[in-house]
Amino acid sequence: MTQVGNARVLPGFQTALGYTIVYLTAIVLVPLSACVLKAFSLSWEEFAAAVWTPRARAAYALSLGTSLVAAGVSVALGTLIAWVLVRYEFFGKRLLDALVDLPLALPTAVAGLVYSSLYAKNGWLGRYLAPLGIQGAYSRLAIVLVLVFLGIPFVVRTVQSVLADLDAEWEEAAASLGASWGQRIAWVIVPSILPALITGFALAFARGLGEYGSVVFVSGNLPFKTEIAPVLIVASLESFHYAEAAAMGTVLLAASLGMLLLINRLERWSSRRG
Amino acid sequence: MKFAHIMVFLGVVTLSVLSPITGYSDSRSLELLHVSYDTTRELFRAINQIFVAKYQEDTGITLSIKQSHGGSASQARAVIDGLGADLVTLALWPDVDAIRKAGLIAPGWETRLPHRSVPWTSTIVFVVRKGNPKSIRDWPDLVRPGIEVVVPSPKTSGNGKLAFLAAWGSVTERRGTEQEAREFVSKLYRQVPVLDSGARASTVTFAQREIGDVHLTWENEAHWEVAEARGELELLHPPISILAEPTVAVVDANVERRGTRKAAQAYLEFLYSTEAQEIIAQHFYRPRNAEVQQRFAAAFPAIRLFTVRDIARDWGEVHEKFFADGALFDQIYQGGAR
Repeated sequence: MTQVGNARVLPGFQTALGYTIVYLTAIVLVPLSACVLKAFSLSWEEFAAAVWTPRARAAYALSLGTSLVAAGVSVALGTLIAWVLVRYEFFGKRLLDALVDLPLALPTAVAGLVYSSLYAKNGWLGRYLAPLGIQGAYSRLAIVLVLVFLGIPFVVRTVQSVLADLDAEWEEAAASLGASWGQRIAWVIVPSILPALITGFALAFARGLGEYGSVVFVSGNLPFKTEIAPVLIVASLESFHYAEAAAMGTVLLAASLGMLLLINRLERWSSRRG
Repeated sequence: MKFAHIMVFLGVVTLSVLSPITGYSDSRSLELLHVSYDTTRELFRAINQIFVAKYQEDTGITLSIKQSHGGSASQARAVIDGLGADLVTLALWPDVDAIRKAGLIAPGWETRLPHRSVPWTSTIVFVVRKGNPKSIRDWPDLVRPGIEVVVPSPKTSGNGKLAFLAAWGSVTERRGTEQEAREFVSKLYRQVPVLDSGARASTVTFAQREIGDVHLTWENEAHWEVAEARGELELLHPPISILAEPTVAVVDANVERRGTRKAAQAYLEFLYSTEAQEIIAQHFYRPRNAEVQQRFAAAFPAIRLFTVRDIARDWGEVHEKFFADGALFDQIYQGGAR
């Protein structure tokens, strides 16, 4: 790993790098800079007025908050699923393994519609939740639920491969030295998979922040309550305010970039430590 | 050999991509793209069938009409961004005018067809649950405590904008002051549990999710919704509401390029014929033709209808006053809903 700079053992370094840069530019950088450029066709005052209204602030806060909570829940549940898939043999394991990826393939609008019909107060699940005062559709809880659904595969897939590489002998060694169940988790397993957990969290978080198709169906879209930032951007487009929409897009872009850089850093720190 | 294969393949791909763009087709057949607002699917399916047969009889040209449906403003945006529509039918005048502003439709487009290019009108009505358990009759009933109102967002939906304006006008057109109207709509929108992005989405929320006590929707959509619900819902005409005027236009830049002007113009003119007006009435849009109007009078209760020009100078003022960022609609929610 220390020789990355001049590791030219594999042939075709320049071609590969060339292609990487061309594709990255065409597919990622150009569209993103187009968004930023469009946003800066506004004057500074207009930009600030477009992105910093009370309603927009509430939407950013909601988007960030629900994505963070959903990413946290995804990490907890996703790790459990990865654990079961790696450590146990049981009938139907292959099927379960394949099911994990399904949320990635499903059109998100379908996910949103299914969740809203299940958790609405006349839905299969909603009718039992409603008497308890839990509103599982058209609420913030609904946004988190659907984002967890979409975020879990990222966590499972990142954690699964690391767990599979983690030798059970380490745990056995710890156990033979007298470590309790809790100690084995806290001192052996979690430190080894921590970088993967953080990566999974980052992916699930990023997925949640940009999600539109499913949330628009389950959230209810009430300004200041359940209106996420992407919905506000679409609303702005529908009023033919392209630049203002791009401005809000730029703010989200900057926020996600910042969060991802921070998480990358955490990840590097944790893997150095581990 | 391999190279030749690739060239042939590329050639085929290029041709198949270019042919719709260049309008390459033999003169006996033509393709039209009609971009229209959300709730008109069923209507245009019926009209297209008849128009295609009629056009072939008159000119010998076989038309194939492709339809695109969606929220009115997003459809306008798609056309502005390059969707090659030959003609558009949009819920609100400003949506067509936005395409004009982008330079794709000639100025003065309204005057090219009868009735300021409005081939039918409609209005906003109430849909309530079976037996009208909350006894909702008129606009003031909507803001009684505990009544939940389902309506799409005026920011994104034509239905949403018209419902908002109908609620506003229900006060000002009955001698209420602007202050009273402001209080009324503020109260009303705080009793909205779900603010969907489009007309159909609100229909699903109200009819299938069973959320809310009353749904404010297009008259034609209400008929469809009530029929689909098989007796679970009822349609109710308030005594006063807004006159909705969907507009049609040929997209000049696109028909010039594709050589489809004649067919597109003939299509829009056909919408005003007695034959088409009947189909329009059967789908619960209010026809323009006086004779058809008379025959279908029973389907369209004569409630009092005011126009947008009764409550504002023009659509520009409507936008500035109600729907622009930070305008009245945003102020309703300022400081948190409820």
